[in-house]
Amino acid sequence: MIVKDAVCPFCGCLCDDIEVEVEGNRVVAVTNACELGMTKFMGEKRMKNPILRDGNRWKDITYDEAIRYAADMLLSAERPLLYGWSGTHGEAQCVGVHMAELIHGVIDNTSSVCHGPSILAIQEVGHPGCTLGVVKNRADLVIYWGSNPIDAHPRHLSRYTRYAEGFFLENAFRDRKVIVVDVRKTETANIADEFIQIKPGGDYAVLSALRAIVQGKVDTIPRTVAGVTRAQLVRVANLCKSAKFGAVYFGLGLTMTQGKYKNIRNAIELISELNRHTKFTISAMRGHYNVYGSNEVNTWMTGYPFGIDFSRGIAFYNPGETTAVDILARKECDAALIVGSDPAAHFPRRCLEHLADIPVVQLDPYPNATTAFCNVQIPVAVTGIDAEGTAYRMDGVPIRTRRVLSTDYLSDEEVLSRMYALMQEAS
Amino acid sequence: MTELLVKNACVIDPLRGINGEVMDIAIRNGKIVEEVSDAAEVVDARGMLTMPGGIDSHTHICGTKVNFGRYMSPEDMRAGRTPRQGAMHATSGYSVPTTYGNSYRYSVMGYTTLLEGAMAPLEARHTHEEFSYTPLQDTMANTLFDGNWGILEAIRDGDTKRVAAIIAWTLSAVKGFGVKLTNPGGTEAWQWGKNVTCIRDPVPYFEVTPAEIIRSVVEANELLHLPHSVHLHCNNLGTPGNYTCTLGSFGLIPDLNKKRQTLYATHVQFHAYGGSGWKDFCSKSEPIANYVNMRPQIVIDMGQVMFGRTTTMTADGPMEFNLYRLHHDKWSNHDVELETGSGIIPVIYRRKNLVNSIMWAIGLELALLTKSPWQCLLTTDNPNGAPFVKYPEIIALLMSKRYRDAEFATVHPDTESRVPLPAIERELDWHEIAVMTRAGGARALGIQDLGKGHLAPGADADVAIYPLRIDEVDPAAEYQKVIDGFSQTEYTIKRGRVVARRGECLVHGSNATFWVRPKVPENYDMGKDPDFIEKFDRYYTVRMRNYPVQDEYLTRSRCIETEADL
Repeated sequence: MIVKDAVCPFCGCLCDDIEVEVEGNRVVAVTNACELGMTKFMGEKRMKNPILRDGNRWKDITYDEAIRYAADMLLSAERPLLYGWSGTHGEAQCVGVHMAELIHGVIDNTSSVCHGPSILAIQEVGHPGCTLGVVKNRADLVIYWGSNPIDAHPRHLSRYTRYAEGFFLENAFRDRKVIVVDVRKTETANIADEFIQIKPGGDYAVLSALRAIVQGKVDTIPRTVAGVTRAQLVRVANLCKSAKFGAVYFGLGLTMTQGKYKNIRNAIELISELNRHTKFTISAMRGHYNVYGSNEVNTWMTGYPFGIDFSRGIAFYNPGETTAVDILARKECDAALIVGSDPAAHFPRRCLEHLADIPVVQLDPYPNATTAFCNVQIPVAVTGIDAEGTAYRMDGVPIRTRRVLSTDYLSDEEVLSRMYALMQEAS
Repeated sequence: MTELLVKNACVIDPLRGINGEVMDIAIRNGKIVEEVSDAAEVVDARGMLTMPGGIDSHTHICGTKVNFGRYMSPEDMRAGRTPRQGAMHATSGYSVPTTYGNSYRYSVMGYTTLLEGAMAPLEARHTHEEFSYTPLQDTMANTLFDGNWGILEAIRDGDTKRVAAIIAWTLSAVKGFGVKLTNPGGTEAWQWGKNVTCIRDPVPYFEVTPAEIIRSVVEANELLHLPHSVHLHCNNLGTPGNYTCTLGSFGLIPDLNKKRQTLYATHVQFHAYGGSGWKDFCSKSEPIANYVNMRPQIVIDMGQVMFGRTTTMTADGPMEFNLYRLHHDKWSNHDVELETGSGIIPVIYRRKNLVNSIMWAIGLELALLTKSPWQCLLTTDNPNGAPFVKYPEIIALLMSKRYRDAEFATVHPDTESRVPLPAIERELDWHEIAVMTRAGGARALGIQDLGKGHLAPGADADVAIYPLRIDEVDPAAEYQKVIDGFSQTEYTIKRGRVVARRGECLVHGSNATFWVRPKVPENYDMGKDPDFIEKFDRYYTVRMRNYPVQDEYLTRSRCIETEADL
């Protein structure tokens, strides 16, 4: 059997043109996907059943037992943390928010250690963006800034930019210029028309210089800015101003380097300025396939995209205080539910030391670095493979993932709903 | 079987010609019935004002741009928050509340049906997701066609039937209700950073004009026999002198439908401006209202501005950019491929600002100068003119000259020379308010036959009981009582259950969504049209099979089937 138009549950591109060939309820071939997506579809070794830590060993337990364990753990916690959410479908994320509200917990998603600063910048100056198809059909200038799609979002270039067909471009490959801005010559820089190499930490200064040039203040620019020559800056500013439609895609190379959210703010203000001359948009290269969905769900249900603290009944948001890393580092948190992410692979050591000291339950199909910190792990169906559900692409377009295999695994939504029902009964 | 009997209600039910009659209302299984058994639960309305549940015929509550308004505005989220309590979830937000916040606050004001004013088809799934978390109202979505490439091409080719066919396919696919045109042609031009100034400017590349788009889509809408008319946000919103453009747009509209209007023009306050610039900016509510008075085929809503902080959000991307250049606050924009766009900026409307004061006056003037309340419905284009929680104040302003004068004394002193408001004596009565907030909305949306906006046997049992004795309160003098009364129902009944009582929501609720599926002949089925499919495959970034909104997204689906004349 071949499943057509399957949706890839890997990165924020959320490619929905995947063909998956299934034989005997196993994926045997994947067409159209990139290397990353193909690996996900072909599957790793899945955990068979829930496990409970028993001294130095793992004991198999039933779903009922595991769900009961998690519900009891969260109900008896004083400052529970519900973290992750970017690797699951929206319906499960909604249950998570209700749960956090019920137990007066903190719910946070992976954006607090990823594009969180980008969101802070947007909250200060807004976000001139568009869907990916607008760029595909119109953009004659695309700038990748601190992002390396060839490695991280491999089909971004072929579906939406460099190699994509565009309605308003006669010969899209020739008529569309691509600029890469980075601290090193990446694979993506190799296929660009222009490469701007910035000294590490110099993004803010380069953005300010470009803003000044766009405003006509070339005279104020020194001969080089963070290693970039004035001549190149002027050339690039002119390319931007003379483009019919320009689009900037930035990654963690801009968001998580020196200056952090100020970099993004400066970039957005450059784009707002360019809109006085031509049409320009800017967007983040979101990582997980549904990290944006987690921001969306949190926002319509609580008012905030991440880092929401219900400890006083109301939804309270103060990144740096109500975000997972901070709550763990301050050793406030006394129980954690992890869904659809792997904090042990990404969090600072101090956080992990605390995570090792408190009860942790994880919902994840696979053993991962966080497994080592768990008291219980509950394997679930993989959204987009054996579970359906909603995901939001990096540009906000929601797509319903397809089920390509049928298995007996419960979905995240099913496990969480049962957990939530137990918690509602008890409280 | 659940039964409810509302006793001693002072009923105003304009669609049935009932005006202030004290009567009982019998309810069984969520519907109004002739009578119920003795076992029915009784609600004693004690002579209080009782009306069909409120219907907001144009509000922005759910979907991509609304949620982005929340996302970018933690300061607004902080400005209105309540904890989880009883059946109520926590809420946040003042001008753009969370979905629960919208739902509870509307319910407490007696509103039971809401029309989301603008949904981009590509992002429809998002709107429907938020609808399911708006549990205490039935919902429906205006679907945006202003910059739809297929439609622009069909208009260029003079093929109105194909326009209708594309609308039919899209509405069915995205489970949309009405046809919305927001700055027709302008949203496509904006994807090049351009705009159209009025109805005669050609759209870049497509070479059709807004006038052609409006005319053709109006015709197509009637070919499909849709319940609602075309819902138009005119070109050139918010600019001085734009009233001529608005009149020009109205002038395009023939009378094509016996049951309802042929054009619903929304938030007309923003389109009724005179002057050649901000310096001589003035009200042109009189020519607009006079024109509407002569044209039964047109219904408008106010788009009233109220003073204070709010968030503006619209599919009209270029307008928001212009507003950003005036206000210099944060600005978001979101263009949607092959379809439309949107923009968002926060604003503060100030009494000390002359332009804002004039805007405030114009909305009221439109409502007072339009003779028939069926032709001018009460809205703020929530949250663009003001958050919907301001409706009770607007009702009181329309019912009391004294209140208007008191407020007028606090606005910019030069306002008087720019607006006719101080000279208008009219005070609306309870019946007219009932028309503007429910019955008129039901008729304009074409949902009265589906049991909305009235309390006849067979209708949905959506009832609002306000703690107001209309025989005792003089709205002209006691306007504060009017504001208080409309701010909080004694009971809000939705689908036969008491869902809100004195400010508290009592049940979780479950929303129903109305949508339209026009039946078209095989040769007009765009799902099988080779040219449509080919363009979709080449230029959208979502596969055609993944585009339609699945049934899973509708908690309660109320599909309206129509027979198209193609």
